[in-house]
Amino acid sequence: MSVARLSRRHVTQSLGVVLATFALPSPLAFGQAPANVPFSLRNNRKLEGWIRLEADGTVMVFTGKAELGQGILTALAQIAAEELDVGFDKIRMVSADTSRGPDEQYTFGSQSVEQGGGAIRAAGAEARGILVAAAARRFGVRAEELKVSNGTVVAADGRRATFWELANEGAGLLKGDIALAAAPKKPGDYAIVGKSVNRIDLPGKLTGAPSYVQDIRLPGMVFARVVRPPRYGARLLACDEAAVRARPGVVAVISDGNFLAVAAGREEQAIAARDALAASAHWSDDAVELPDMASLRTELQKLRAETIVVGTAGQSEPVPAQARRMSAEYSRAYLSHAAIGPSCAVAWLKDGRMTVWSHTQGAFPLRGDLAKVLGMQNGEVDVVHVPGAGCYGHNGADDVALDAALVARAVPGAPVKLQWMRDDEFAWAPFGPGMAMKVEAALGSDGRIVDWSYDVWSNSHAMRPGQAGGVNLLAAWDLKTPFVKSPAPHIPQPFGDGDRNAVPSYELPRKEIRNHLLLDAPVRNGSFRTLGSHGNIFAIESFMDELAEAAGSDPLAFRLAHLRDPRAQAVLRVAADKAGWAPGRKGDGQRGRGLAFCRYKSIGMYAAVVVDVEVDRKTGVIKVLRVVMAADIGLVVNPDGAKNQLEGGIVQAVSLALKEQVTFDRRQITSRDWSGYSVLTFSEVPNIDIVLVQRSDPPLGAGEGSLPPTSAALANAFAHATGRRLRELPMTPERVKATLS
Amino acid sequence: MTYRITVNGESHEVAAAPETPLLYVLRNDLGLNGPKFGCGLGQCGACAALVGGKLTRTCSVALADIKDAPIVTLEGLGTLQRPHPLQKAFIDAQAAQCGYCSNGMIMAAKALLDRNPKPSDEEIKDALADQLCRCGTHNRIVSAIRKAAMEPVR
Ligand code: FES
Ligand code: FES
Repeated sequence: MSVARLSRRHVTQSLGVVLATFALPSPLAFGQAPANVPFSLRNNRKLEGWIRLEADGTVMVFTGKAELGQGILTALAQIAAEELDVGFDKIRMVSADTSRGPDEQYTFGSQSVEQGGGAIRAAGAEARGILVAAAARRFGVRAEELKVSNGTVVAADGRRATFWELANEGAGLLKGDIALAAAPKKPGDYAIVGKSVNRIDLPGKLTGAPSYVQDIRLPGMVFARVVRPPRYGARLLACDEAAVRARPGVVAVISDGNFLAVAAGREEQAIAARDALAASAHWSDDAVELPDMASLRTELQKLRAETIVVGTAGQSEPVPAQARRMSAEYSRAYLSHAAIGPSCAVAWLKDGRMTVWSHTQGAFPLRGDLAKVLGMQNGEVDVVHVPGAGCYGHNGADDVALDAALVARAVPGAPVKLQWMRDDEFAWAPFGPGMAMKVEAALGSDGRIVDWSYDVWSNSHAMRPGQAGGVNLLAAWDLKTPFVKSPAPHIPQPFGDGDRNAVPSYELPRKEIRNHLLLDAPVRNGSFRTLGSHGNIFAIESFMDELAEAAGSDPLAFRLAHLRDPRAQAVLRVAADKAGWAPGRKGDGQRGRGLAFCRYKSIGMYAAVVVDVEVDRKTGVIKVLRVVMAADIGLVVNPDGAKNQLEGGIVQAVSLALKEQVTFDRRQITSRDWSGYSVLTFSEVPNIDIVLVQRSDPPLGAGEGSLPPTSAALANAFAHATGRRLRELPMTPERVKATLS
Repeated sequence: MTYRITVNGESHEVAAAPETPLLYVLRNDLGLNGPKFGCGLGQCGACAALVGGKLTRTCSVALADIKDAPIVTLEGLGTLQRPHPLQKAFIDAQAAQCGYCSNGMIMAAKALLDRNPKPSDEEIKDALADQLCRCGTHNRIVSAIRKAAMEPVR
């Protein structure tokens, strides 16, 4: 098993070979697929578009999903090998390539195993069925009498034929549409799915084999850098292009409206030229007024909003008379993706075709927006996914792809590699929006919640390219003839946008949940891992603890009493058991323990978390000692891979809760390097114990659901330890000290 | 200017300005992929290599300052076919997600094990204190290094 080599892609690309097997992209659909047709198959029905038997005895498997460091190609290869009954080492994966792969839109929302895996599962079963039927005809026996092992069909009398021989004999055998005629295997029969297979891409990445978009090197390639405005809203008044052009190695200076870039023969020359260009640039004093960070919650609530009720029940019933009403307000800071490598792309305009290598999450949607801005046809632009540094959502990948393409247009024939500098990334990549949450609830005399009212305020977390009504690419808004931003899409529950997981999974007889989608967007926003779920679960789960306390109830028992779903109850019980949860245990002012639960997106994975903390009251530093998580992610394709994802989410969530916030004054972003935006380091990472509980179909996705309950449980642990509650994330030492004094 | 540097046991002549950060020479002139650009500011450790046996942030050291100090990069440790015990331990522990930080982690671990062959977990975490990982694979990295330290030869 391997990933098809970069070099091979280059050859295919540079020859301009385009295999037009696939239908045009469809409008982005957020809903669920009809039960019988896997989501990703709906617009990509050709069997050959998914699976091809190669002359060298391997199987080429195409996916529209992208490797983001989450191990998806390995999991999809496991599924393909399983359904085809071919050795895992025979599978070659080709991922997210508009010139030759299926259009699966985005790789996001923890849906790749469910969607992309569903498609490959169906395609694999279909191909296997067709090949076995061909063998049955050849041997003159019934298909049921044949066995398949490692790509060879064997008859009862010992006659055998390999898949490749059968496909050769019956050319065109695999050319049709996927009829969904063959039933995929039953999970009980799985041999490879469910095993902790090592990631196929890691040996290369760990030994320095070319693996990332940063590693692409093409003949005659030049290096480029951008110069961004000092702040949102500033306009370029003047810059000394001629002086920069005269610098060593410089081959082009691009100035178009407020978009400035430079290309040079050597990378360090491009960086030096960027500095010179930035120093020579004069910008207008214009600025977008940014919210006051010190009162982020109320500032957000002041912005223009469109309010939608996203969940309601029992409103015609009155709230019982003696019910005890409580309320609390919470907030979360703007968050940066903060990948270790800044965004990067390679673009090449050659013979009228633009090819862009990108670590985008959506090769097809990006292609569409690039074509619009470049004034080219979709068919003249190709986007090929190549991994970049870690991807936790809509980062700068798409933006830098356009930056590189704009430079490539100025140096036709020469491939252009453009990587953002650290400050470009921190100041300009889209942020996970700041959020404000308000909960109000009433407790009945029996200690149960009888009323629940919830409000969440945030900008859209869904500003990706490929959306109607505009172009969502940074440079496009800066050009002399600018493009407008697409308006925020409406993403209905249960997926939601800022309101993801705003509707609690608890049994609530009377409830109303309102999403205030903020229309003014002073700070640039986008999708960061879990969208609004992280803030909403922080508020909901914090408040559940506040209610439990008011009801004189244990946090675990209180939650169980409000949950009917046995899978939800199971993860809570398992996590509590594993952590040694003891009802009624008191925090001692320093040490404490907190619990939280989340069913991600209300239809995805279940997770319950117990967090132990120790608070240094003098320094205000919260140390997380241990995190125990029980997770039910449905069918597990690769247990160790899933755990790796869950662990990563836990570490990220601890980091978000304790440290992370994009900082700005009233005019500009001020967190522009790692000293201004800090993330968790080795000594701060807790011990982590994960239990995977249920393993039944279907897969529910493991990429995101561990974050929201971890941050929430951490907040609950702090409250348990100190008797004081922090309702604002991050829980910085300053805030801790202020709360404790 | 031309400079002669020794990288992974081989001598190379490079023509570049004296102030050129070593990182770009390794990546672009020598075609190495191990050292990565992360910040260019000496803050993250993604660009690490051993220079004269010392863990060095190659984004922050000038070509002219290398002189005859031998340079070892990730590629100099092991190969796909014959990975170094540290690389093998990282694979066995699946101690990466995106892998962009892994070069720095492995090089910092190499520097540590060279001076302290049997480090405690605390010593490992100390040695990696300034190496950033955003994917959250820290615990796997520590256990991979612990395992590699148990191997007899390095
Ligand atoms: S790239 Fe050298 S320390 Fe970050
Ligand atoms: S594995 Fe992605 S940054 Fe460490």
